Amino acid sequence: MKVKMLSRNPDNYVRETKLDLQRVPRNYDPTLHPFEVPREYVRALNATKLERVFAKPFLGSLDGHRDGVNCLAKHPKSLATVLSGACDGEVRIWNLTKRKCIRTIQAHEGFVRGICTRFCGTSFFTVGDDKTVKQWKMDGPGYGEEEEPLHTILGKTVYTGIDHHWKEAVFATCGQQVDIWDEQRTSPVCSMTWGFDSISSVKFNPIETFLLGSCASDRNIVLYDMRQATPLKKVILDMRTNTICWNPMEAFIFTAANEDYNLYTFDMRALDTPVMVHMDHVSAVLDVDYSPTGKEFVSASFDKSVRIFPVDKSRSREVYHTKRMQHVICVKWTSDSKYIMCGSDEMNIRLWKANASEKLGVLTSREKAAKDYNQKLKEKFQHHPHIKGIACHCHLPKSIYSQIQEQRIMKEARRRKEVNRLKHSKPGSVSVVSEKKKHIVAVVK
Amino acid sequence: MNVVQAAESLLALSQQEELEDLSKDDPLSPSEDEGDIDGERKHKKLLEAISSLDGKNRRKLAERSEASLKVSEFNVTSEGSGEKLVLSDLLGPVKTSSSLAAVKKQLNRVKSKKTVELPLNKEEVERARTPLEQEVFNLLHKNKQPVTDPLLTPVEKASLKAMSLEEAKMHRAELQRARALQSYYEARARREKKIKSKKYHKVLKKGRVRKALKEFEKLRKVNPTVALEELEKIEKARMMERMSLKHQNSGKWAKSKAIMAKYDLEARQAMQEQLARNKELTQKLQAASDSEEEEEGAEEEGELVPDAVNEIQMDANGPNPWMLRNHSRGTKEIKVQDPEQLPEPVAHEASENEEEDRPGAEEEILLNEFEERRSLRKKSGLSQEAKLVSRQEPKDSSSQEVLSELRALSQKLNQENQQSGKQNVSSVRTVLAVQREEPTEAEEEPLLLQRPERAHTMEKLEELGKEGCFQNKEVPRPVGEGQQSERNPDNQPGAPKEKKRKEQMIDLQNLLTTKSSSVKSLAVPMTVEELEDEEERDQKQMIKEAFAGDDVIRDFLKEKREAVEASKPKDVDLTLPGWGEWGGMGLKPSAKKRRRFLIKTPEGPPRKDKNLPNVIINEKRNVHAAAHQVRVLPYPFTHHRQFERTIQTPIGSTWNTQRAFQKLTTPKVVTKPGHIIKPIKAEDVGYRSSSRSDLSVVQRNPKQLSIRHKKHLKKNSVD
Repeated sequence: MKVKMLSRNPDNYVRETKLDLQRVPRNYDPTLHPFEVPREYVRALNATKLERVFAKPFLGSLDGHRDGVNCLAKHPKSLATVLSGACDGEVRIWNLTKRKCIRTIQAHEGFVRGICTRFCGTSFFTVGDDKTVKQWKMDGPGYGEEEEPLHTILGKTVYTGIDHHWKEAVFATCGQQVDIWDEQRTSPVCSMTWGFDSISSVKFNPIETFLLGSCASDRNIVLYDMRQATPLKKVILDMRTNTICWNPMEAFIFTAANEDYNLYTFDMRALDTPVMVHMDHVSAVLDVDYSPTGKEFVSASFDKSVRIFPVDKSRSREVYHTKRMQHVICVKWTSDSKYIMCGSDEMNIRLWKANASEKLGVLTSREKAAKDYNQKLKEKFQHHPHIKGIACHCHLPKSIYSQIQEQRIMKEARRRKEVNRLKHSKPGSVSVVSEKKKHIVAVVK
Repeated sequence: MNVVQAAESLLALSQQEELEDLSKDDPLSPSEDEGDIDGERKHKKLLEAISSLDGKNRRKLAERSEASLKVSEFNVTSEGSGEKLVLSDLLGPVKTSSSLAAVKKQLNRVKSKKTVELPLNKEEVERARTPLEQEVFNLLHKNKQPVTDPLLTPVEKASLKAMSLEEAKMHRAELQRARALQSYYEARARREKKIKSKKYHKVLKKGRVRKALKEFEKLRKVNPTVALEELEKIEKARMMERMSLKHQNSGKWAKSKAIMAKYDLEARQAMQEQLARNKELTQKLQAASDSEEEEEGAEEEGELVPDAVNEIQMDANGPNPWMLRNHSRGTKEIKVQDPEQLPEPVAHEASENEEEDRPGAEEEILLNEFEERRSLRKKSGLSQEAKLVSRQEPKDSSSQEVLSELRALSQKLNQENQQSGKQNVSSVRTVLAVQREEPTEAEEEPLLLQRPERAHTMEKLEELGKEGCFQNKEVPRPVGEGQQSERNPDNQPGAPKEKKRKEQMIDLQNLLTTKSSSVKSLAVPMTVEELEDEEERDQKQMIKEAFAGDDVIRDFLKEKREAVEASKPKDVDLTLPGWGEWGGMGLKPSAKKRRRFLIKTPEGPPRKDKNLPNVIINEKRNVHAAAHQVRVLPYPFTHHRQFERTIQTPIGSTWNTQRAFQKLTTPKVVTKPGHIIKPIKAEDVGYRSSSRSDLSVVQRNPKQLSIRHKKHLKKNSVD
């Protein structure tokens, strides 16, 4: 007699080693797994909540400066090394893994206005209020040697910024004019001017390496081609731009941190309209840096907060602040795109997670899968109001919060006035200007 | 003392009279003239007795109160003297005068001569003078017809002589008894007919049906053949029911109920009841299958019943001796009872029934209650009726005596009947029996005809019996039956016939339309199917009991009603109490003011679920659900369908294969931890700068990417 029964061979499902993989039979008949949308919705909701629960971005602060941190630089080859220049002319090199200062250099008298590393990572350049450009070795001096720069260039005017070419031994400084230097020479290869105002920052394009952009205090952003003797074009905004940053993944995109609390992402081919206006800061934006992935950038503001913006969004996805953090002057996104550093007035360099709720350390594959799944779910249901509300909820310091309210009122009043003007004027005489175009005064070629 | 004596004398007188009445009442002296004279005499005596009541036993002397010169010869009376007037007294003064001799002679002659007799002497009559007369006389003689006395023929006389005094008395008693009973039952029927309580009738009906069923059960055990016939009758009734449209929900009432049923629970229940009834009624009973059982039953019967009994049963063409005996028992029982209880035998019966059957007890109790109440109310009336009965017997003064006599007589009669086995006289059905025998007993006709209205009612009674309105007949029956079942259980074989008759009396239609679940129970052991059916029903019953508490439909209806109420726009009352008039505790703003300041909201559009009884459509937006719903179409989507589709496709591993899951959940940007992400180069995305100034040359780059780029760098030369 044959008896039918379920029989399973343990060989089919018992692992001999932990690396053995079994096929787990599973029936994907949709009727057996109903309510897919509601279930996923709930999962998304839970993921969003957990995200907010575990949002603890602050990792630590690097203190040691005796004045406000004025500038920051990343080491091109080492993730753990960070350089910072302070307002008292001191330059410090930090090891992030140890969270310790490796080296301290009294580089300048007065402010260290700018600092940049050479693309090879062996040396770095600093400019200061003392009208000098100094090149320093990355490694410290040998035993008994004195701390001295490799080269020192004495300029005629004060240099306010410096940036190195991404591939060649060329660097550019800005002050009264933009100078392009060969490392081997003591005089600039070429100097370019457009107008007579001081230029606050200059940046090389990481992809199109001959391109560089500068922003002047006469409210314009000027683009240069190193190969030409004259500037390419400039765009005049409503207010002064403090600094610009090129997108490391898109050659033509750069973002400008403006005094009017906004950041403008431009496509250098069409400067008359910014690609995106990023508004969330309530005070002047002092610095901006792109994530190495090119998807997001971080901005430091005078309103004592650091914000992270997606490139294609006008609103920030994250705001970092602490009680003790004062005006943030400089900010950098580390090269592995995991961390953010910001240097602020109160002499500290702070280290943040770029993704506030991310788990640090090595993830198992299952953890990774879960993380990815949750991320996708959040993305999928991000438009649902409940989830959106949770995701967007964040605590703000009272000062920022009240200023946001205030500015909202002001903005509303302006809008109302505009509407009224449009309403009570002759049709066609007053045109509606979009938010993007509003802040662009002119584009000059 | 005198008064007492007088009363006693009066009583004695009346008793004497009664005795005389009784003696005169016998059929040998039925003359009405005598009765008249008797009446006068009685009257006179009564007057005398009354006059003697005042104490002085004085004699009233005849006095001439009026002065008259001429004493009328026609007015001569012997009153006052107390002596009889004799002719010789009158003749006395005539003797003295000679001139009156001739008159005297004449008178003497008159005195000596006999009075003329009319009609004429037989000889005188028989003397046939004409040929026609001779012929007539011849004819009469031939037929022995009385010529001189036309009242009784020789045959009649013979029959008259054949009936003894005792027999006649007995007969009379029987009749009287029948009459008494009849009047009682009439009154009872009338009374019961007047009862309007539906519950009473329902209970009554139910009890009847139950009893009938029990009878049937017994019958089935004892006499299967008869039971089978009964069953056939039931079957026939069922067929009739099937043919009719009685419970098919097609009537006016049913249609109206069907409309109401949607909203009204009671109507729905009524409809369901009707349908159930129809189903039960039209359900076929299987009787043919139990032939074996029948045989068994027959054998049993054979064993149980002694041979003698069977013989008696066999020979009985007409009356059943067992039955007769039973009836006699029954009558005895009635006799034993106090006559005062006669008007209310139902209670008695009920009490007996209670002993008999437990299941129907509560119904019986109910019935009892009804009866008691009724009897209490009507006691006086009943006694009046009894009096009426007694009055209808003209010479009887009290019904009690009559009844006692009657009972004794009937007892005798029954004994006689038993002996002869000729007459079927049942205590209950005497009325009918009498009527049936009427034509044969010619002598009794005058007695019966004295009360034409009585005969009429008797006819009615029979009609009623035919119709099946058996209330009057049925009621006393259990008295006998109960006794029977209690006293002589060995009498069982005799019972079936009785019961069968009774069953016939019970209207089959009536029986079937009341409750058929019990009818079905008769057929329970017959087939397996029905057993299963029963099981199923049990199951249903169990489920019903389990969920007795939650009435889903009613709850839903209530909910809907509430929803409708809630959705109705409410009027706004803007009245301010005390504004323009007095205000305070217990004071309300005037109706005029209220009317003026009441803002009536306009009637909204009709609800969408107005005509959908089983649906509640909530026309308001659900706030709780709204928190989870996307209000506006998000930016990149141009149509809501697109958006919905993205939401509809699940991405979890629950719904997708592992590979699909991995593909779906791969993030756009993947970074390796601990690695420096360098800015993109033209070589990374397939471009290669052949010249320093131009980056536009396209070429594949074999180098592996550290980062997956979704975006391809587009070639564009710098101006």
